[in-house]
Amino acid sequence: MKKDQTYWVKIHINGEWKRAEVFPEETLLHVLREKLGHTEVKEGCGKGDCGACAVLLNGEPVNACLTLALQADQQKVVTVRGLGTPDRPHPLQESFVKRGAIQCGFCSAGMIVSAKGLLDKNPKPSREEIKRAISGNLCRCTGYQKIIEAIEEAAYKLRTDPKP
Amino acid sequence: MDTYRPQHLKSALQLLKAGKGRYLMIAGGTNMIPDLRAKAIRPKAFIDISRFKNLSYIKEEKKEIRIGALTTISKLADSNTIQLFALPLSQAAQQLGNPLVRNRATIGGNLADASPAADTAPPLLALEARVVMMREGAKERSVAIDQFFLGPNQTRLRRDEMIKEIIFSKVSPHAKTAYFKLGLRNSMAISIISIALLLEMEGTFCKKARIGLGAVAPFPMRAYRTEEMLTEEEVTERLLEACGQTVREEIDPISDIRASKEYRTEMVSVLLKRLIRQIAFQQPV
Repeated sequence: MKKDQTYWVKIHINGEWKRAEVFPEETLLHVLREKLGHTEVKEGCGKGDCGACAVLLNGEPVNACLTLALQADQQKVVTVRGLGTPDRPHPLQESFVKRGAIQCGFCSAGMIVSAKGLLDKNPKPSREEIKRAISGNLCRCTGYQKIIEAIEEAAYKLRTDPKP
Repeated sequence: MDTYRPQHLKSALQLLKAGKGRYLMIAGGTNMIPDLRAKAIRPKAFIDISRFKNLSYIKEEKKEIRIGALTTISKLADSNTIQLFALPLSQAAQQLGNPLVRNRATIGGNLADASPAADTAPPLLALEARVVMMREGAKERSVAIDQFFLGPNQTRLRRDEMIKEIIFSKVSPHAKTAYFKLGLRNSMAISIISIALLLEMEGTFCKKARIGLGAVAPFPMRAYRTEEMLTEEEVTERLLEACGQTVREEIDPISDIRASKEYRTEMVSVLLKRLIRQIAFQQPV
C-alpha cells in the first residue's frame, strides 16, 4: 500500500516556531492538539459549527478545524494559552474567571480568542458588537450574559490600564 | 491524498488542467473541509490557492466594481465601497455563516460551491453581475451570473477552470435596495430563503426591478416574471398582492430539514411584499 504523502510545516505558535509532520488533509486543529501539545484548543464539532476551536491566525479569529495545517505553514497562530498565564493572566482571562463567564469551560478558549480578535480591532465595542463578535461561538452553559459582561470589563481594563 | 502549493496562478491552472477533475482547488476551505470529512468529496489532491494575494481585491472603477475571487467574506462585509455601491452584497456578507467562517470563506468559493442557498448569490443576481473565469491555455471568459448556476452545486465552470473575479455596475443613485435572509438562528444559519431586491423608483413609481432569490430553487435565481410585473408600474397594495402571487409560481423550492416547501413559498411571498413596501413606502419590514 502506498504510504500517504506527508509534509513538514513550521508554525509560529504563541511566540515560538514549532515544526510538525502533517498530512495534506490534516486540519490545524488536529495538528495543534495531537502533534504540538496544544490541547487548550478544543474540538467541539470539527466542522465549523461551534467555534470551540477558534484560534487567531495572523491576528484573525478562525476555526482551526476548517484550516488545513499546511495553510498555517509559516503563519502566526495564537491560542488562548498565548494570551496570558495563571501568574500573569490577560484581562480577558481574568474577567472570564471573575465574572462567572466559565461553567464547564469547554467554549471558553474559543470564546476568549474571538473576544481578543474583537478587542484588537475595536477597543471600545458596544454590546451589539460584542454579540456579533462571539456569534460564531456556542455556549451551552452560561446563556452568554456573563460572557458579554466579562468582555466589556476586559475592554474597559485594557483601555484604562495599559499594563498588559 | 496529496497537495500542491503553487507559487503562481499559472502553475495552479496547469495543475488544475493536469488533474482532470481529481485535483480540487481549496481556498478558505470552509465548505471543502467538512465535505472532505463527510467523504462527500474524494480528491486525489488539493491545489491550495489560499495565499494568492493578487486575487483578493475590491476595485472601484468609474462605472464598475470588480471583486477578486479570493476576497474573503469578512473583507466584503467590512468594505465601505461595497456598502456604498452594492449594499445588498454587504448585508449578505455580514450574515453569511459566522465571523470565524467569514474570515476564511471567499466569494469565489461561495459561488463555485453553488449551494442553492449560497448567500452572496441573490445580491449578485439583483446586481446583474458577471462571473469571470479562467483556465490554462485559453482566454478568460465571462458569463452573466443568472447563467452561471446549473443546479445544486453545479455551475458553468469547466473542471479545469476557476473563477477569477466578479464584476458588476455600481448601483445607480436612483436605485433603492433591500436584502433579507431568513434563517432558523441569528447567526450560523443556512438560509431558509433569502431575497435581494433592487428597484429604480420615481416616488412610488417603479421603473425597473431586479429580484434575486436564494434557497427556493435548485440554484439561486431571478424572479423574472415578478420583475416584469413591477416594471413601469405604480406600486400599490393591489400590485403587491399580484407580485406575491406570481413569485410563488416562479419558484421551485423543496422541503428539507430546515423548512417545508410550503413555508418557503409563503415566506418568499410575505417577505418580498414587505421589502417592496420598505422601499416604496419606507414601511419597516
